[in-house]
Amino acid sequence: MTAVVDDAPLTPLGATPSSDATSARTRARFWAGMAAPGTIWLIALYVVPAYAILAVAFGDIDPILRTAAPAWNPMAWDTSPMTNVLGRVFGGNLGHVFVRTGLYAFAALTGCCLIGYPVAYYVARVAHRSRGALLALLVLPFWISYLMRMLAWVNLLQTDGYVNRVLGWLQIGSGSRNWLDGDWPTVVIGLIYGYIPFFILPLYAALERLDARLIEASRDLGASALSTFLRITLPLSIPGLMAASVIIVLPMCGDYYTNTYLTGGSPRTEMVGNQIEFFLRGSSQPQTGASLVIVLMAFLMVAMAYYLVTIARSQREDARI
Amino acid sequence: MTRRRFGTLAWITWLYVLWSLLPVLIAVRISFNSGKSRSAFQSMSMRWYWHDPSSVWKSDELQSALSNTLKLAGLTMLIATPLGVGMAIGLQRWRGRVSRGANNLMLLPLVTPEIVVGVSLFLVFTQIYTGVPRGFTTQLLGHVTFTMSYVVIIVRARLLSIGIQFEEAARDLGASRLQALRLVLLPQLGPAIFASLMVVFATSVDDFVISSFLSTGLSTETVPIKIYSTARAAATPNVNALATVMLVITLVAVGIAGVAMRLLRKHGAGDDSSLTSMSI
Repeated sequence: MTAVVDDAPLTPLGATPSSDATSARTRARFWAGMAAPGTIWLIALYVVPAYAILAVAFGDIDPILRTAAPAWNPMAWDTSPMTNVLGRVFGGNLGHVFVRTGLYAFAALTGCCLIGYPVAYYVARVAHRSRGALLALLVLPFWISYLMRMLAWVNLLQTDGYVNRVLGWLQIGSGSRNWLDGDWPTVVIGLIYGYIPFFILPLYAALERLDARLIEASRDLGASALSTFLRITLPLSIPGLMAASVIIVLPMCGDYYTNTYLTGGSPRTEMVGNQIEFFLRGSSQPQTGASLVIVLMAFLMVAMAYYLVTIARSQREDARI
Repeated sequence: MTRRRFGTLAWITWLYVLWSLLPVLIAVRISFNSGKSRSAFQSMSMRWYWHDPSSVWKSDELQSALSNTLKLAGLTMLIATPLGVGMAIGLQRWRGRVSRGANNLMLLPLVTPEIVVGVSLFLVFTQIYTGVPRGFTTQLLGHVTFTMSYVVIIVRARLLSIGIQFEEAARDLGASRLQALRLVLLPQLGPAIFASLMVVFATSVDDFVISSFLSTGLSTETVPIKIYSTARAAATPNVNALATVMLVITLVAVGIAGVAMRLLRKHGAGDDSSLTSMSI
């Protein structure tokens, strides 16, 4: 109903075709004028900066200052630094950093699914009286600073912290493990803890929108609760699950602060983000840093495209209602 | 039997809620420690808030981090919200190839990993826009860039649920396009605008990557940067106190916005789906 809003005639009766055309033009100009500031802002501060990454990656290095000398003209692009970086990523010393990033993101995503799916399912489809309260509690972490939540774990995971004390009481392990010394489980737990709220909420929204009649029909036709879940609910929730996964995997792959903060910057848990940050700010190799950003984006392109298509589709569906 | 299975799910859910919030509560409790321990509870005191030279109240560094964060978030709200509202209305009503392009452009910052945005802004301010004073100004420009899209998404959802009919009625009754916008549409967008302000504030206050890439040193550090910088240094509960102060400010701001939204919604027409739609 609201999809093609502006085709609705707003002109008074008896208007001539030419005045129609003029009013259509002023109308378009009016709305375009409203969208213009934001659009220009994004061009100046999103598109141009994105191009700057390319120009630096394929540009040169100032021989004396060791700063980037970007090549703005694509005809003058020098691909040798990129070839060099690609060589280091595929088979070189940067390869294992990419593999590690992928493994951490995958492990954290698995954890988020195992914890997050039951929670989202319970709040969306099972809880009745407690749903409002639970929803508020699920949203609460959004208003708590990410780094404060990481700080909380640094407090807990100190050698004399409460995690070790609880493990000591339970007689699990030595009770004096140093968790913050470059341990991969710490990083993965940190990633799960940090990103799971962003996973649960979209999944909750998807599960909540499921057509209850399909589930009832399945139960009426004799399917057990388990088989209804496996054959109806789960398949129908796959798009929501995918969207939720992409929402957290994209930022996780660019994360560098979670692992640095939880391991005191141990090289054993370095991720791609650490390398990018190091090359751009900690050393005088902005070219390498910019090239790594491009390689990372190339890896994430499929996920990004998938998510963009999903948003665009849901926008179109919303417009059709 | 079904009941018992639901019981397990309820257990998982409540355990998750406990797990997600308990660590933060412990961190808050540690901020009231009278000693230097950041791993165990000590007797209650306000040492890290008031008395200690390194406390939130007395330390210039922490004070400046706090005021930088709040100034940044406040200004980001004031700039990103009007830009985003204008863009949402404009893109909604104006159809065409350019509009579709602008719409896709608006979606991109939502899917770009923050580090990529941070790197690109860092490079652009050191290479092209060298006239912009680096530090607070560039941080502000960066925050507006990556929060604007949230505003567009939230406001757009509300626009869809409002529909066009009220505006058309106003136009038929002789209101100019601008009057219809100001007197009819904007009041209806009230709850969505408040939700946007809230989300922009919380996102800006929470941001670490972009602030950090565009920071030029101590004077442009924000609260997340300050917390992060304790990763390698020996820290005291004063970081916990700083984080707690920030948490209280955010929750109070969100609470006020929530009450305001509820009041506005009582007057506004139609339902409001701005907050749930924000997730997609």
